[in-house]
Amino acid sequence: LRKNVEDFTGPRERSDLGFVTFDITADILNGKNAFIFDWNVKQLFLYLSAEYSTKNNALNQVVLWDKIMLRGDNPRLFLKDMKSKYFFFDDGNGLKGNRNVTLTLSWNVVPNAGILPLVTGSGHVSVPFPDTYETTKSY
Amino acid sequence: EPPPSVPAMLSLDFLDDVRRMNKRQLYYQVLNFGMIVSSALMIWKGLMVVTGSESPIVVVLSGSMEPAFHRGDLLFLTNRIEDPIRVGEIVVFRIEGREIPIVHRVLKIHEKQNGDIKFLTKGDNNAVDDRGLYKRGQHWLEKKDVVGRARGFVPYIGIVTILMNDYPKFKYAVLFLLGLFVLVHRE
Repeated sequence: LRKNVEDFTGPRERSDLGFVTFDITADILNGKNAFIFDWNVKQLFLYLSAEYSTKNNALNQVVLWDKIMLRGDNPRLFLKDMKSKYFFFDDGNGLKGNRNVTLTLSWNVVPNAGILPLVTGSGHVSVPFPDTYETTKSY
Repeated sequence: EPPPSVPAMLSLDFLDDVRRMNKRQLYYQVLNFGMIVSSALMIWKGLMVVTGSESPIVVVLSGSMEPAFHRGDLLFLTNRIEDPIRVGEIVVFRIEGREIPIVHRVLKIHEKQNGDIKFLTKGDNNAVDDRGLYKRGQHWLEKKDVVGRARGFVPYIGIVTILMNDYPKFKYAVLFLLGLFVLVHRE
């Protein structure tokens, strides 16, 4: 799992807004390191989430991007230069200078019938946010 | 004795049978029926205790979580306070003042040191997050809005409750047939 990021923050209505671009290279396997789409797996809901701590909140988690992978799709991801799907707003100004924002890829296994597990992929990337705001940037 | 078949039900023999059942047998059948209903209620209450949710089983009512869940799918929930709310989880929540439970996925959480949490949800099949659905002025959901977390599901089965809701005549027909079967069936 490899991600690299180019980032800066901008204030909007008093809250920090982060911009992250990323690459994802991943091979999704099940718990026994076998092909994930067995007889009872209907689809996977994949999501890339950022987790970090701020002065205001001990724990923050924001989903930046998600994708539905259906049975029959290739369980390998090779994505480059992806932009986040959802606005990465903090609840306050906790992104500025935050060195400890971690991106992780997880997925929800949706069976044909049965339990709905949430799995976190191995591997994660830390994204340090700069100490200053960008005033203008074309995104 | 096996239960009467449909043609038999339409014949007069069937009506004679019912008339012949004396009062004691009728009361016995009614008590039997009551016991079945009480057992079902006890199982439901037991489920509520074990899962911690006031509604441990819900039916999916809309297509906002497709292709994972469709209208009529049955969801099994838990609502244990020890389980923290995290992104990616499927939560069933009620908006203050509204009865209909909504089944969507957690998109964002902000949790304080003391455990107070506010979170945002979105349906997989919706283009935008749920802020537009929340109460006027409400930007986040809180623990108190949560009915439970979806832990498992079974497809299609719940369609019966949707049919019974949308077509009351169907509901009465089902209840009538059930009652008839229980009263007439002899063990």
